Amino acid sequence: MSTATVSHHYSSTGLDNRKIAIWAFIGSECMLFVSLISTYLIYKDRSVVGPYPHTPWTDPSTGHVYHAILNIPVTSASTFILLMSSLAMVLALSAVENKGKPQRNLGERILGNSKLWLFMTALLGLGFLGCQAYEFTSFVNEGLTIKTNLFGSTFFTLTGFHGAHVTAGVIWILSMLFIDIKRGLGPSDALNVDIMALYWHFVDVVWVAIFTLVYLIR
Amino acid sequence: MDHSNEADVVAADEHGAGSEHTGPGWSVYWKVAVVLTLITIGEVWVYYIPAFVASRLFLPTLLTMSAVKFVIVVMFYMHLKYDHKLFRTLFTGPLIVATATLFALLFLFGHLRLGHGG
Repeated sequence: MSTATVSHHYSSTGLDNRKIAIWAFIGSECMLFVSLISTYLIYKDRSVVGPYPHTPWTDPSTGHVYHAILNIPVTSASTFILLMSSLAMVLALSAVENKGKPQRNLGERILGNSKLWLFMTALLGLGFLGCQAYEFTSFVNEGLTIKTNLFGSTFFTLTGFHGAHVTAGVIWILSMLFIDIKRGLGPSDALNVDIMALYWHFVDVVWVAIFTLVYLIR
Repeated sequence: MDHSNEADVVAADEHGAGSEHTGPGWSVYWKVAVVLTLITIGEVWVYYIPAFVASRLFLPTLLTMSAVKFVIVVMFYMHLKYDHKLFRTLFTGPLIVATATLFALLFLFGHLRLGHGG
């Protein structure tokens, strides 16, 4: 029995149980995020005081005017960054799966460089987190915190949970990049990279939903 | 072929057979990325058209575009289109339950109305 055979864990379905586990985990995560999105949608219009997401608000006690707080240009940029990180991730997985195959030209050498694509994915993930940190900081400076109103509570909880998932994903990707640099990733590691990629794409699709439901729909 | 390369080939075969993963390549991935980018641009574009925002088409249009992006990422980047049916069930089952719960909660809290009585 080879080392590779020992390292795989097949279930009675003939499928690797780690892959079944990640899909079951993703299914449970769907429920978590839908519950957070539901809470946001129910409470966002029930805030007694501002600031509000899409409309200006004047504080009656001070006369201070708060503008609509959501910054669509910044969030659009961060959405694009996260979508591109998913592209980098599929290229990283493809590079690991095809490691060892002959690379005939520069294009194939670039596409086959798993370290490059893992690094790009982590970098884009960090870029997304940077945008979120900027957004959170500007909201707090403009007077919206998690305690200000129902919109603030549900918004920070939802996007904060998502940000925590992105942070976990970036740490996972950087760990995989470290292994790739240390000993090199090959087809025998493809399943591990595939599982990580599934998690990362799931974080991406959650943001696809959040971007529309939280930021664009008024 | 040294031992590690042999192990990699065996593992690659098992990876393919075990997960039935024969995903698309670069030629599909970049097209998917372009489509996702164009839809995102479309979403932001309609957000900045006041007449469209005020119309009844705004909400269904945005939800449709978002759903298309969601399905494209799941089908092609998460390669569910090419994967085993069990994975599809594990994902769509909870997603359907969660979506039904979302609509039930929105209905219960008065965000959705059925008929004139609401």
